[in-house]
Amino acid sequence: MTAPTLGAALCRFVAVPSAAIAALVFAAMVAAALAAPWIAPQDPYDLRSVSILDNLLPPGEVAFDGTPYILGTDGQGRDMLSAMLYGLRISLLVGLASGVIALAVGTLVGLVAAFRGGWVDALLMRIVDLQLSLPTILVALILLVILGRGIENIIFALVVVQWAWFARTVRGVALVENARDYVDAARGLRLPPLRILFRHILPNCLPVLLVVATIQMAQAISLEATLSFLGLGLPPTRPSLGLLIANGFDYLQSGRWRISVLPGVVLLVLIVSVNVLGDRLRETLNPHLRG
Amino acid sequence: MVEFILRRVLQAILVLFVMTVLVFFGVHVIGNPIDLFVSSECTKACVDAIMANLGLDRPVWEQYLIFLGNLMAGDLGNSFTFGVPAMSLIWERFPATLELATAALVIALVLGLPLSIHAGLYPDSPVSRAIMALSMLGFSVPIFWIGIILILTFSVRLGWFPAIGRGETVDVLGVPVSFLTLDGLHHLALPAITLSLIMLSTVIRLTRAGLREVLTSDYIRFARANGVRETRVIGWHAMKNILIPIVTVLGMEFGSVIAFAVVTESIFSWPGVGKMLIDAISVLDRPLILAYLIFVVTMFVVLNLIVDILYSVLDPRVGRSAR
Repeated sequence: MTAPTLGAALCRFVAVPSAAIAALVFAAMVAAALAAPWIAPQDPYDLRSVSILDNLLPPGEVAFDGTPYILGTDGQGRDMLSAMLYGLRISLLVGLASGVIALAVGTLVGLVAAFRGGWVDALLMRIVDLQLSLPTILVALILLVILGRGIENIIFALVVVQWAWFARTVRGVALVENARDYVDAARGLRLPPLRILFRHILPNCLPVLLVVATIQMAQAISLEATLSFLGLGLPPTRPSLGLLIANGFDYLQSGRWRISVLPGVVLLVLIVSVNVLGDRLRETLNPHLRG
Repeated sequence: MVEFILRRVLQAILVLFVMTVLVFFGVHVIGNPIDLFVSSECTKACVDAIMANLGLDRPVWEQYLIFLGNLMAGDLGNSFTFGVPAMSLIWERFPATLELATAALVIALVLGLPLSIHAGLYPDSPVSRAIMALSMLGFSVPIFWIGIILILTFSVRLGWFPAIGRGETVDVLGVPVSFLTLDGLHHLALPAITLSLIMLSTVIRLTRAGLREVLTSDYIRFARANGVRETRVIGWHAMKNILIPIVTVLGMEFGSVIAFAVVTESIFSWPGVGKMLIDAISVLDRPLILAYLIFVVTMFVVLNLIVDILYSVLDPRVGRSAR
């Protein structure tokens, strides 16, 4: 793709105010998550910098070493702002990692199914159907019960529940592309099949994949938060946003709602901005789906 | 038709079989439950005796065959922690989950249909835009978060609704239900609203899309030209066609809702199967975890099967094309 068209596409993309705001918010959140080790007042994983005596402090109190707790502290004496920045980091990492792996696996399966056809296609699509017919939360629950907590395990579980969406989407697009003249022409030139697959068909699947990936990422972040909230996702030592919300849940009744609600607001803003971006991407990239 | 149904039934049985294998061997990979509830004074001999008693000393494949045999007889073993059949524990708690899920379904339909009809008829009005934005929110925001906000607002702050428990129940045909007592309804409100949001978004999106498509079709135009009242055109002629996909999707989603009830029940301490599962996981109660998973998967497969068959009856094209 040449630069002018990309620039034009970007301009068109942010022409809608909600998309522009969502893009800004999302970029700011990614930046904050990346910069967390430098901008967070405290390292919540470093037990030496966390004092349990400082637990449940309201916003504005000052720590033993003089740093102010801008948003107060949680039940374990962690600075809320720092915990949220690191939590955001983990939530984004899990969402991105699982999305990228699921994208790779699903794309490969979808391309192979479309290109080979016959029984390979039938078998792969049956597996996809089976996967999509089971509720995502149930599959993820079963896997995490079996595998236990851990960041690799939750990424694996999220890949398992996501790959089929990519596979089905890619297969659909690839089947259409496969029947187009330019693919016939490439075959006529006796180009190697793998080259046709990856250099000619795959690039044309990318716009749709981008849309699916964005929406799946929002779903993955939401699902990870849910599983961590249930105590099945990430270990308590490296809390994601979902686990922070769960920790704060115990203090809800005692009036210290901020411990649960603040990470919740961050999670909400993150998920909504990703979804708005996904919706806008779909409108920009595929005018047929405008509805 | 018969061939289609037979094939679908066979497929369902195959899926169930594969699931029992996956779930059984999966659950047996996780830790040794003995370590969790045998006291430290217990000698090796005593541990062996307990292992033998629970059948854990045999090879895994033999355990699976015994499990499968018992499963056919409807027996999923005794819960390690409660010492009573796991299946009876599930049947005891399932009505609470079913009641919650049904209440959520009713709320989703009662709220969703009017909202989506408005959004479908006047797609450009500000109210419609707000409805669609809300449906996107309901689709993507984790429901546990909504549950927390509802508890914070309506039970901690305002004190209008209780945050936990099921309230007073009355027995109907020997099954305790909450929705017939005022106290029970009071307790049911928040968890049911929370759970309904998953389906609410689906109802709104499907109905709106269906309505907008159907409104441009010839038969609606003819009905209008014939002077049929607008309420009847929408409420009867249009809805008749829109409702088929909605019923199908909701039927299939009902299984998801039961699975998602795990979250809602945990937040609101609703005494259903979902909360039981989370408790069972924390103490590694294998038979209970297995029983829950088999139960929910079976229910899901059967629901899918029923919906597929019903759909092929309602819409004859489906059975024909699948052949």
